[in-house]
Formats: sequence, C-alpha cells, structure tokens
Amino acid sequence: MLEFAATNGGPVLFFQQLELGITLGAMYALVALGYTLVYGIIELINFAHGDVFMWSTVVLLLVSNALGLKGTLGGFALIGVLILFLAIGMAVSAFLNVSIERLAYRRLRKAPRLAPLIAAVGVSFILENIAQLTIGSGFIAFPPIFPTTALNIFGVKISILHIFIFGLAVGLMYALDRFIQTTKLGRAMRATAQDPEAAALMGVNVNRTIFMAFLIGGALAGAAGLCYNLVIAQVNFFTGFKFGLIAFTAAVFGGIGNVYGAVAGGFAIGIIYALSIQYFNFLPGGGVAWVDAIVFGILVLTLVFRPSGILGQQVPDKV
Amino acid sequence: MLELQAVTAGYGPAEVLHQVTLQVNQGEVVSLLGANAAGKTTTMKTIFGLVPTRGGQILFEGQRIDKLQPDQIIARGLALVPEGRRVFSRMSVRENLEMGAYMQNDRTVITQGIDLVYDLFPRLRERDKQLAGTMSGGEQQMLAIGRALVARPRLICMDEPSLGLSPLLVQLVFDTIQKIRKEGVTVLLVEQNAFMALNIADRGYVLQTGRIILNDTAQKLLVNDTVRAAYLGG
Repeated sequence: MLEFAATNGGPVLFFQQLELGITLGAMYALVALGYTLVYGIIELINFAHGDVFMWSTVVLLLVSNALGLKGTLGGFALIGVLILFLAIGMAVSAFLNVSIERLAYRRLRKAPRLAPLIAAVGVSFILENIAQLTIGSGFIAFPPIFPTTALNIFGVKISILHIFIFGLAVGLMYALDRFIQTTKLGRAMRATAQDPEAAALMGVNVNRTIFMAFLIGGALAGAAGLCYNLVIAQVNFFTGFKFGLIAFTAAVFGGIGNVYGAVAGGFAIGIIYALSIQYFNFLPGGGVAWVDAIVFGILVLTLVFRPSGILGQQVPDKV
Repeated sequence: MLELQAVTAGYGPAEVLHQVTLQVNQGEVVSLLGANAAGKTTTMKTIFGLVPTRGGQILFEGQRIDKLQPDQIIARGLALVPEGRRVFSRMSVRENLEMGAYMQNDRTVITQGIDLVYDLFPRLRERDKQLAGTMSGGEQQMLAIGRALVARPRLICMDEPSLGLSPLLVQLVFDTIQKIRKEGVTVLLVEQNAFMALNIADRGYVLQTGRIILNDTAQKLLVNDTVRAAYLGG
C-alpha cells in the first residue's frame, strides 16, 4: 500500500497529506460520477459500479503482463502505454457497465425499485467472483511503470504521477461538463434526469440517454482504474467493494444526482481520508484503523442531516 | 387527422379508459371535457404512448401510432403541453425551447422556431437565460406551450393549460390557442374550464369515468343540460 503517513511535522505535513488527499479525491470523484450519473437518470444506486471500476484494474494488469511490462518506462514508451491503458481501461469498464444495464437493469425498469437494487448487488457478486477466478484472491503488484519523480516545493513532495492523475481527472471532468452543458445529447440527459416523461414528450429516446449515462459512468470508472493501478499498484478482486462504497459516500456527500456534487464530494472525501489518517493517528490502532469509520460516519451524518448533499438541488420543482 | 377507435387503457389492474372513441379533424379545435379522474390526462398520455393501449387503435393521418414509442409519435408531428406544465425547471428558458425542438436538427429552423415563440410570448424573450423553475406559474405555462410549438407540430394537445392561472393569464392562454389555430395548427384541448374551452372550440367530447358520454358541436354542448349542470354551474 501507499506510504500514507508523512514524516515531517507542521504545515509541510499538512500539505503533504493534502497532496495525497487530492490525488485520492480525483479517483473517488471519477468513480462517484458514475454513481451520480446513473442515479440522476434512473434513480438506481448501481452497487456493481465499484466492481466495474475493479475490472479496469484487473484487465490492465493482464494487459501489462501480456506486454511483459516490469519496470519504469520513460519518454514515448510511457506516453504510448498510458494512452493504450487509458483507452483499454475506459473501454472495458464502459462496455461492462453498458452490458449490465442491458442484461440486468433494463428489464427491471418498470419493476419495484428494490428489484434493480438487489439485481445490482447480485451483479456485483458475479463480477467479483469472476475476477477472483481470473486472478486469484491475492494482491498482485502492478508494475511501477510511472517514474517516481517528485517536485519539492518548500519541503512538500509533489509527485509527477499525482500531477498526471489530477490533470487527467480534471480533463475528463471538464470534457463531461462540456458534453452535458453544450451538446444536444447532454441536454437530453439533463432533461431526462429532471423529468423522464416530459423528456420523452420532447422526442428524447430515454433508453438512449440511460445507455449514455452507463457508458460515460463506466468510462470514467475505467480511467480511475488506471489511476488506481498507478498509485496503489495492488490489484485485487475485492478492491471495488470498498473503493466503490467510499466513492458512493462521496457522491451522496456532494449531492447524489448532481455531477458537480460528485466532483466536490470526491475531492472532499479524498482529502478527509488522507488528513484523517494523519491527524487521527493518536487513536488506538492509528489513523488508518479509523479512517473508514470516519468516512462512513460522514455518509450517515449526510443522510441524516442533509440528504440532498452539500450541493443539493437549489431550485425546487414548482407544482 | 387524429382518431381514437374504441381505445382501452389503464394502469396495473385498473382500467381507466373504456372504449374511448373520438376524432379530431384537420384545422379544428376540439375540447375534451370531464371532471377530475374522468380519464382526460390518461387519454392524452395514451395518445402519446406514455400509457400503453390495451385495446382499440389510435390513428394519426390514417396511420396507426398506438404501438409506437413517444419519440416516434412526436416525430409524426404531434406535441403535448402536459398537465402541470412540466417545464425543465433547472434549465433556462432557451434550453427548454431547444428541448422542444429536440427532433429538429437544422439550427436555423430551431432558431426561427424559438423566435416565433418569443414573438408569441415576449415575456419569454426577456427571460431567455433565466432558469424555468424560478419563473411564475403563468410564465411557466407560456414556456410549456412555447416548448410544444417550437417543433411546429400539426396537432397540438393541451392538458389543462389554464389550471391554476389568474383570470388574466387564462385569457392569455385562450387567446394564444386561437392564434395557434389561425396558424393552421389543429388543437385538442383538455379543460376543466368548460365554458371558455367550448367558446373557442368547434366540437367537444365529454368524458365521464373513462367513457365518452357526449359528443357534439361546441354550441350545442354549451346549451346541453347535462353539460350545464355538471360543468357550467347550472
């Protein structure tokens, strides 16, 4: 796992943990977007989403083995491999997510809401078990292809890898924002999210917008899978479960159904995660032992006190 | 132009429409009257494929549309102003109108359509960038009507467009319907305000617990005893 606790004290320590938190947050945000996009359109919590993310990490491990990658790459080789991995990771997760919708959720569209939810849990088990059959149950190291170079700014080490991940995540989020805000299909998705029946009356093919939500959500989770392999570098069939739950917490914290909320929530949870590890270190067992309780405590508190999340809907629907 | 032939429809175990037959001819304004829960909105939803038919046929310009998806029905040249306005509250006025023109791909046609709506409702032009959810009920109703008109439908169906509006705005809605008709658009109007609806309509149907019980010209319905007793205050 990562070296979580920094060694220096004071503000340097704080900013070091912050740098880590932003990196984790970028990954949580990418996965949280998948929960929120799907929830926004069909009000389904896609509990298989974490495993869709996990499958990107697994396939990328298999590809890196097939390519015989072992050590650090540089120059064009690194750029080429990153582009290839990004394309494969996004394609795998997008395809998987879309297939799940087509095979499992679509036929439950008119069923009581609990039915697709249980189906999602079932799909999650299936994906985890197939992954376990494929790579076994152990933790497998992902080759450290990315150089470990870091910038040193007043003693705070800012790794090039973390900058890359932040840039990639922000780039994808910007692309998503432009897609949703300015394209016709994006507008149709927003309309469907607000009122599916009214959207259908405008001529929107609702099945197509649902397909797009799963496609985009999956692709973003696939990109997060690449980031995860580069940062955490441990591939395991069960990774998606907890990572997915934390990303789901981020989506709820930010305001589920709101894409900006998912981004804000993702970064917030990532930063809270990294800081908690450090600053709750005085607790028995250390901060690492408590961080999950803290994150899921935030989930509970959000659901109790502000279920619409920090960026919940501001404009009420007038009846 | 639009024909419902013995249409039966409902939700779950409940059958709401029993053999509803009605006809709207090219260029007409036809009113569909009825009390609450008579099946007026269900009739509209059934025409637009939001509620599936269980029997009978729906024809538009001679072709069956009752097994089509809503988007395919819209593509034929129908538009609905839904009950309760149903504007996209978190979108701007212009975005709402662009949604109305969703089936249209030609940018210039869309812009022309929006300008046409803005000429009809200058208030909407002033509020071009405003979020629809922040507007008054009357403005939202204008937007809902405008959104249906942007696509230049040949038949526009309106589900209680005057509901919950002040008398002045109700008048504006009915004036607008007459303007729309002058443009050559056929109108099917569901209303509780029977007096006003029949005043601008050519013909009317009265729906009661899912059955058409009366079908006549608007003038005759205005003096019909049943209608007067039930909807026009005696």
